[in-house]
Formats: sequence, structure tokens, C-alpha cells
Amino acid sequence: MFLRGPSLGTRVILLGIFSVLLMYLDHREDHLGAFRNALSVAVYPVRVAVDLPSRGLGWMAETVSSRDRLLDENRRLREERLQFLARLQRMEALQAENTRLRALLDSTPRLADRVLVANILSVDLDPFQHRLVIDKGSSDGAYIGQAMLDADGIVGQITRVEPYSSEAILISDPSHATPIEVNRNGLRTIALGTGDSSRVILPFLPNNADIQIDDLLVSSGLGGAFPPGYPVGRVVEIERLPGEPFARVIAEPTGALNREREVLLVWHRAARAPAEDPESPSPAPDEPESQAPQRVGTE
Amino acid sequence: MSRGGRFWPVAVVLVITLSLEVAPLPGPMEYWRAPWVALAVIYWSMRQPGRYGVGTAWAIGLVLDVLKGTVLGEHALMLAIVAFLTIKFCQRLRVFPIWQQTAAIGAIAAVYVLIGVWIDGMTGDVEGGLLRLLPIFSAILVWPPLRWVSNRLITPLVEA
Repeated sequence: MFLRGPSLGTRVILLGIFSVLLMYLDHREDHLGAFRNALSVAVYPVRVAVDLPSRGLGWMAETVSSRDRLLDENRRLREERLQFLARLQRMEALQAENTRLRALLDSTPRLADRVLVANILSVDLDPFQHRLVIDKGSSDGAYIGQAMLDADGIVGQITRVEPYSSEAILISDPSHATPIEVNRNGLRTIALGTGDSSRVILPFLPNNADIQIDDLLVSSGLGGAFPPGYPVGRVVEIERLPGEPFARVIAEPTGALNREREVLLVWHRAARAPAEDPESPSPAPDEPESQAPQRVGTE
Repeated sequence: MSRGGRFWPVAVVLVITLSLEVAPLPGPMEYWRAPWVALAVIYWSMRQPGRYGVGTAWAIGLVLDVLKGTVLGEHALMLAIVAFLTIKFCQRLRVFPIWQQTAAIGAIAAVYVLIGVWIDGMTGDVEGGLLRLLPIFSAILVWPPLRWVSNRLITPLVEA
């Protein structure tokens, strides 16, 4: 190998310089999206293969579970569905009323959100960050910054989109902040992740802030990343420190951050949805309920 | 077969190690994940330094970057340096007794892990503190059995 080409040391130095250049372009300038996309198609099979064993286990559990249990589950789900349908009827009436009132007040009507079910691939990226991979990508219309929910609340948002999969960050990641408001009184603040998936902290509330244990925190929609009005967490601990300017407030996320296998992707930016996803026309203001879950993509 | 033997067993090993790098592990086992791809790179650049050199390691690192979602070039740089160190010392590494070889692999793994921590620190926050160093010990623990399996099973396939 020393007979042809540059020596080993030269080669490693050249590669090192090239790596630093790549890191700079990727991290600071964000120029390598296309290159990463091309490579990501190559690693997609690896991600799917890694996900297979746990998917197989889930399938086995479903296949061998007893008939009684399935019947039980079926009955429970049917009851739940009835309850939800009843609630939905009221909700549609309320939504129509809300739209009318908003028209009276001359403010823009809130658009209903379109959602798509995405599966979480059981791929471990980094034990020190709360990130995950989902099986929907730009070919499904996902976009960077898109909000991710589960049945109980906001879970996170998409940070990188590839053709067939996306990476998302959870609201419990230490580098994630969620704009929220207290549902009871509309007090606005920010919830930061802690690295513990059962805790977020609200570090910017003054000692005299009107906040109580068990207050529901919902997304405020400020900043545009998350749709407004979805639950984020519930306050579990308040410590008012007389010597400090801010109280120590801890909340527990309502969404099941580390237990879910499925999440919902929400399209809530009226300006973006039609451009990125031609098959769903932007909902007309007078019929907001037409955009209920359209597609349900499960396995 | 061409110089250095068959290629496909090496490719299969590569895909397996890539999968092991992101395979889900229960709870705190996550922190102990061995640097599988780095160990494979060490193995092959030790056995066939003329065939699998720093360029190959670098390219594999790029794939690993995309797979793990890290900054492009991070694992590429780490693996290129790992391959460089291994090839520099491959003559000695090959004749070392197993415990001495394992210690040397541990040192190379430490370089690998520390460069990773350093790059993470430059591009964002480093969480986890000393837990970050656990992969070095995993590397030391898995190297002897890994070498045994590779010598018995994979090398015969390559050289057959």
C-alpha cells in the first residue's frame, strides 16, 4: 500500500480535513440534505431489519392472545368508540359555533388539523438524547417541525425528514422547549425537557405565578411549531423558592413518551399543508370538520 | 478470488454490525452498547490492512452517521482515525497475546469514544457524563469472544 498513492498519514489527514468540512456544512450550513437523503435510502433497510424482531414479538403476542381477551378488548373498544362518537357530535356543534363566533369577532377561524398515523421504529439512536425514528417521511408529506401527538398529548416534533422515514425529538429531550399555557387561566410559559421522559420543567415562572398542582398545560401555539390547545403535561410539583426569582415547577407529560408504538403527525399550518401534500386540499373555513382523520396507515 | 479473498462475508458482517449499533436494548443496557462497527473496522484493518484501509473506514463512518442521525462526518472521522491507529500498529497487534491485544483495542476504543464526545460537545450538548465512557469497557469485554468467532467462522469464509 505504500507503493501507490499518498502515505497513510497523509490520507488520514486529508480525510480528517474533509470530515471537518462535512461536519461544518452539515451542522452550520445545512447544505447536505440531498446527500443525506440518498444515503438514508441505503440505510433504511437496516432500520427496518432492526425493527423486525420487536414487530414480530408484537405480532406473536396478538396472534396467540386468547379469544376471551380479544373479545374483551373488542367490547371495551366498542364502548369507548360510542362514548367518543357521542362527544364528537357535541364537538361538531361547538366547532361550528366557535367558527361563527370567531367570524363575529372578525378573527381568522381556526382550521381543523389533518392527522396521519406513523409507527415508531424501534431503533435506538443515542441513549443520551430523546430522539426516535418514525416510518413516515417526505414521501408521506411529513415536514421538519411537524408536531407529533399521541392519544393523550403532544409527544414531540420532527427534526429531520428522509424519503421513507423521519427523525423526531421528544419534548423530554434536554434541548427541546415547548411553548405552553396553563389551561385554567391562560398563563403562558415554556416547558423544557429534562432528559427524563416522565418530567418536563417550567423554569421561567415567577414565585407569585398563578399555578397549582394538577393544572393542565396545553400547547399555546406560539412560535408556530405546535398546534394550539393540545395537552402537554400536568403540574406535579411546585416549589416556591423565596430566595430565587423563579419557582421550580415540574410537570409530567400527558403523552406516553417512551411507551407508544404509534404517533399521530398533525398538519396544522394552513399555508404549508397544500403545498407539501397535494392530495389534501386546505380545509375551507365553513366546513372545518371535513378534515377528520383521513388516512390511517397502520401495518 | 481476488487478492485478499472474498468480499461478501465482510459485507454481511458490516450489515450485522450496523444493525447492532441501533438495535433496541432494554433500559440501562443502552449505555453499554459496544462500538460494533469500530470493532469490525479494527478487525479487518488489522487482518488485511492493504485491503480495508482508512478510506473504507471513512465511507462506512458516513453510512453510520446517516443511520444514527449524527452530524455527517462525525463517525467517518472517528472510524478513519481508528483504522489509522490499527494499521499503524497492526504488525504488533497481530502478534500480541490476547490480553495485551485486548488492552490495545481498549485504548483504540477509548480514542474512538473520546473523539465522539468531543465532536458532540462542539456541535451540541454532551449529556450523560461518565456514562459516555462505558462503551470502552464493552469493547474490551466483547473483543476476545468476537476475535474468536471471527477467526473461527468468518476468516475461513473469506479465505476459502
